[in-house]
Amino acid sequence: MYVAVKGGEAAILATHDLVAEARRGDPAVPEISVAQIREQQALACARVMNEGSLYDQDLAALALKQSQGDVIEAAFLMRAYRTTLPRFGSSEPLDTAAMAIRRRVSATYKDLPGGQVLGPTYDYTHRLFDFALMDEGGEAAPRSAPTPLDATMPRVPDILGAEGLMEAEEPPEGDPRPFDLTRDPVSFPADRDVRLQSMARGDEGFLLGLGYSVQRGFGGTHPFVGEVRVGEVAVEFVPEELGFAVDLGDVTLTECQMVNQFQGSKEVPPQFTRGYGLVFGHSERKAMSMSLVDRALKARDFGEATNYPAQQDEFVLYHADNVEAAGFVEHLKLPHYVDFQGELELIRRIRREREERLAREQGAKEPDTMPEAAE
Amino acid sequence: MTLHVAAAELALEPAPLLSVDGVSRFYGERIGCADVSFDLWPGEVLGIVGESGSGKSTLLRCLAGIDKPDEGEVLFRGGTEPLDIYSVSEQERRRLMRTAWGIVHQNPRDGLRMDVTAGGNVGERLMDRGDRHYGQIRERALDWLSRVEIAGARIDDRPRQFSGGMQQRLQIARVLVSEPRLVFMDEPTGGLDVSVQARLLDLLRVLVRDLGLAAIIVTHDLAVARLLTDRLMVMKDGRVVEQGLTDQVLDDPHHAYTQLLTSAVLSV
Amino acid sequence: MTIHQMPADDTKPAYNYAYLDEQTKRMIRRALLKAVAVPGYQVPFGSREMPLARGWGTGGIQITAAIIGPADTLKVIDQGADDTTNAVSIRRFFERTADARTCEATDEATIIQTRHRIPEAPLKSGQVMVYQVPTPEPLRRLEPREAETRKMHAWAEYGLMQVKLYEDIARYGEITKTYDYPVMVNDRYVMAPSPIPKFDNPKMHMSPALQLFGAGREKRIYALPPYTSVKSLDFEDHPFRIQSWTQPCGLCGAGDSYLDEVVIDDQGGRMFVCSDSHYCETRRVEGHRGTMLGDAAASGLVEETNP
Repeated sequence: MYVAVKGGEAAILATHDLVAEARRGDPAVPEISVAQIREQQALACARVMNEGSLYDQDLAALALKQSQGDVIEAAFLMRAYRTTLPRFGSSEPLDTAAMAIRRRVSATYKDLPGGQVLGPTYDYTHRLFDFALMDEGGEAAPRSAPTPLDATMPRVPDILGAEGLMEAEEPPEGDPRPFDLTRDPVSFPADRDVRLQSMARGDEGFLLGLGYSVQRGFGGTHPFVGEVRVGEVAVEFVPEELGFAVDLGDVTLTECQMVNQFQGSKEVPPQFTRGYGLVFGHSERKAMSMSLVDRALKARDFGEATNYPAQQDEFVLYHADNVEAAGFVEHLKLPHYVDFQGELELIRRIRREREERLAREQGAKEPDTMPEAAE
Repeated sequence: MTLHVAAAELALEPAPLLSVDGVSRFYGERIGCADVSFDLWPGEVLGIVGESGSGKSTLLRCLAGIDKPDEGEVLFRGGTEPLDIYSVSEQERRRLMRTAWGIVHQNPRDGLRMDVTAGGNVGERLMDRGDRHYGQIRERALDWLSRVEIAGARIDDRPRQFSGGMQQRLQIARVLVSEPRLVFMDEPTGGLDVSVQARLLDLLRVLVRDLGLAAIIVTHDLAVARLLTDRLMVMKDGRVVEQGLTDQVLDDPHHAYTQLLTSAVLSV
Repeated sequence: MTIHQMPADDTKPAYNYAYLDEQTKRMIRRALLKAVAVPGYQVPFGSREMPLARGWGTGGIQITAAIIGPADTLKVIDQGADDTTNAVSIRRFFERTADARTCEATDEATIIQTRHRIPEAPLKSGQVMVYQVPTPEPLRRLEPREAETRKMHAWAEYGLMQVKLYEDIARYGEITKTYDYPVMVNDRYVMAPSPIPKFDNPKMHMSPALQLFGAGREKRIYALPPYTSVKSLDFEDHPFRIQSWTQPCGLCGAGDSYLDEVVIDDQGGRMFVCSDSHYCETRRVEGHRGTMLGDAAASGLVEETNP
């Protein structure tokens, strides 16, 4: 008797072996270590932590190793792990004003308390290959002893705020715990906490494109970088049993506050408005893009028109998540032959019926066309 | 004029169809329209005239349930009980707008589904109310296309293949197919050539008369107002400066602004 | 602290039974209860990130994970077949995380998770169908805004859906939707049946089985309790009809099943075979033989075994 040949399971297992082989590459080349990725590919790790929504440098490095450097795949690994972690509670709000600054620049003031701190940045490098990096064993040039930074580094919006020129940002009444979009479904219009959370884990490229669209005129804001700061901030947690804050350690953060013009309204005198971006690690591009889109999404709150994609929360929030987007785009690779069969059947039948109809019409016309042709 | 006789007869009905009381709408400190009150009787056609920026379109949007006024109320007597259209639920208001009311937009693109065939456009309100017989829906659509002078052969064409005048006539058929009691029209002949305008006006006059429709028509064109309306309201800076029977207002304007408007037409 | 965080005997961390933590399962079960109480209504739920990609059945997997227990027997199909890549992957997932007993026989299964098909064999009371749903909103193509479609459902404003069907008939003489064909549930909600062929739509009507629908990416769950009325939208004078084929299954000779087309050579040669692989095999065991069984063996679709 005949039984169906079933090769599916074996074929799937074989792909796992093949991917392991491809990941390792040429065995003659030493295997890369997770520590090497963590230490030497820190910006890639930061992106994986952001889009994977989990601050863990070692796991980010492991994810990059396991995914052969595919950032979205790495973020996916982080997310699938993160979702299984228990929730102990929420940390105390971070105080970025107390950040141990590594870099801090403002485009709105030439000088300001604490000064401009350039720190490590590619901004002033020429994008020329450093062929010396082809060889290993190069040591970073020893740095001269750093000048100690000022103890206080006020945030630029706070300086403007003291003068009443900056839109005040108060937590909603009762300062409720922020929404957790990994636990609850989002509804629209979405509140600010949902929007910021969604963008913080959103795709850097998508937000960059949207932020850029705002600058080019698809959404009218006139942004200035009030401040970008990068550095370490302590995370504190209050265990119920203790009742006082415990220091859990430091996280590296990039914060961007974008200053935008606002005309004012009947109730509010003219003032500046804020676009806010906060991300893990050193990720200035992401923080800046986020702050541009954050401001654009405030359009409705300020009674501005919402004609462009960056101003529409449904559009931004539903499409910023690259793990979801990649899954749905790539699911098109799954078999669809049942549905396709339906379409095939339909299109063949409509064509057949059309030909039959045309043939009938042709047949009906025949007697008439003869005399006409004879004329 | 025959229209006025008809209006007078219908005015014998006991209650106005629409009662507007103290409607105001502000944009920040700017007045959109202020303190507008009037009654509209069944079968009556009211014109709202004024220059652009006079607040007539703002007022229409408030009356038609699109923009909630900041002050005042709009009562509609479609059934037995008068309905305050802004205190009923959004569901009730949406139902009203799809059945007893109709809105004809100045730009037919705002009132039509441009990627749906003419038949589908006309049939939508029938399907909204639950009609589920394709042949009957199509028959009604064909009937309405002929009433607005669109050839039945065009029933499966999409509006973007139509001229501006045809699009506007299609929009009118789409609105009137559900036999509404009250129709709002915003510059229904705006943006059309003069000869096309005349044909459309003629058509509208016949339809309004045959169906006994009540209508509120916003226009800056006094010729349109004279041809279609029984009564006129003249607006300036968001306020009504003069109202009365159309012929009276146009032939014997009292307010200086109305005099200016009518003389501007005469001088053309 | 959830169970899976407890160090096991070998002190390695392990996942909870059926992967999801118990709190999440409770959340999903609450959504399921609501969905069963309001048939056809889309219940938003806190869809979790899953170790499988969005669009690959994360909605269905979460539902199965929330309802499966040690006494259950699970069947997973994709395109009607048990051995398609996605079905194999999901079955392995539950074998690994829930120690699930799995099967291919439709009548042995207590839970059937499916993508794109309903089995040909009639479902029984006590069985649960779990559908993987990519786009739960039947009105989405007509109205992209979620805020608006929720109102349209709330107030049963379904005229626009009918306009879509009208347009099909006006242009092609018939309704051209062949899969994910919209249905009216319990005379109240218009529902997307997931991309099953319209051939399967009648099987949902008054089914004795409980039918659950999960859309992971869109974070929606909906349901059909047993014996719920499910009508495919149509017009009185253009009634709903299902696909039919001019020939029976080439392998088992069935004339009542949904057929897949298999291209067997590059000269346009093709064969039609049951999309429900278990149904086809059962029929062959019962002695039914299609006309192309020999050709199928030649092209590697089936192989001959000695009894």
